Amino acid sequence: MHIAEGFLPPLHAAAWTVAAAPFVIHGAREVQRVVREKPEARLLLGASGAFTFVLSAIKLPSVTGSSSHPTGTGLAVILFRPPVMALMGTIVLLFQALLLAHGGVTTLGANVFSMAVVGPWVGYATYRGLQRVKVPYAVTVFATMALSDWATYLTTSVQLGLAHPDPTGGVLAATSRFLGVFAFTQIPLAIAEGLLGVLVFRALAQIAPAELLSLGVTEALPADAGAAADGAVGAAPVPAAGSHTDVTRRAEEA
Amino acid sequence: MPADTTPAPGPAANARRPRDRWVNVVLLLVVVALFAVPLGLRLNAADAPEGEGYAGTDSTAVETISEIDPGYEAWFSPWFEPSSGEVESGLFALQAALGAGAFGFALGRLSGRRRPAPAPGSTS
Repeated sequence: MHIAEGFLPPLHAAAWTVAAAPFVIHGAREVQRVVREKPEARLLLGASGAFTFVLSAIKLPSVTGSSSHPTGTGLAVILFRPPVMALMGTIVLLFQALLLAHGGVTTLGANVFSMAVVGPWVGYATYRGLQRVKVPYAVTVFATMALSDWATYLTTSVQLGLAHPDPTGGVLAATSRFLGVFAFTQIPLAIAEGLLGVLVFRALAQIAPAELLSLGVTEALPADAGAAADGAVGAAPVPAAGSHTDVTRRAEEA
Repeated sequence: MPADTTPAPGPAANARRPRDRWVNVVLLLVVVALFAVPLGLRLNAADAPEGEGYAGTDSTAVETISEIDPGYEAWFSPWFEPSSGEVESGLFALQAALGAGAFGFALGRLSGRRRPAPAPGSTS
């Protein structure tokens, strides 16, 4: 999804930059807010940023005979909602544009828009939608992660189609050619990313239940723990809260 | 992971059952298979020039642009470009290492921190 440097005409490059900028600024505020209001979630914030950093560095082979990148944006979407990803995705893409000549400064806006705005929001819509219908939480996580990834590449195809319309078939024909490059190749990668996301959430339920609770991601926790925890959501936002309540309870008994 | 020693009310009290471990192993194997299988099949190996199988979609997109719009020329080029494929993969590896390091650090802290927690209260 990294549109190469200089491969969007100046007008398109500027327009996507303008379109992406408010999301990134809002995202920066959201990151600050999370750090300030939920300091206990800082490690998870770092982990979800790092997750995108790793996954977008890896080019993986696909069944179509080409290789592509996962995006890794779905983890932050589930834990912190999409705005946070707008900032973290921009950092990742900037790193790649400046140090790896992958993507570019002129195409940064467009790439941020696909990977750090559209992908995450599509993932979030999927997440909220699936929470309403009662599917197992693992399925929700899988679909959120996979669709955040896939939607990113569909967006890139549209962006390229708009910028380089086919002489005869126009934008539509061009977009479908770019979809031919990205869409199928990306399917196995999106599936893998979804499965990886399920693995990560299984691990988080074990090692960071208090943080998941404070972020409201209670469905990730085992059913019994979730039920026990529900009453504590408001009262126990701090990791050590469990032991605090124990202490109070003991104090009351004494 | 060893059995959890947190007191009962904590959400961490769920001890990991053996079945859970298998689910993780199966998930990992499927992820590996998703990439090992296409590599093993050597798709496109016949028609791709030597060493050019599995071209990145990003560079294929650039080729497609020049097919659709042969007159188009990139109007801006990167300030810095890795001087060879080796340097480039090294920098990609660096990015992955930084990310994996940070991810592992965060998860490691989260999981390490939990164990000593119940100790102070448990004597009462």
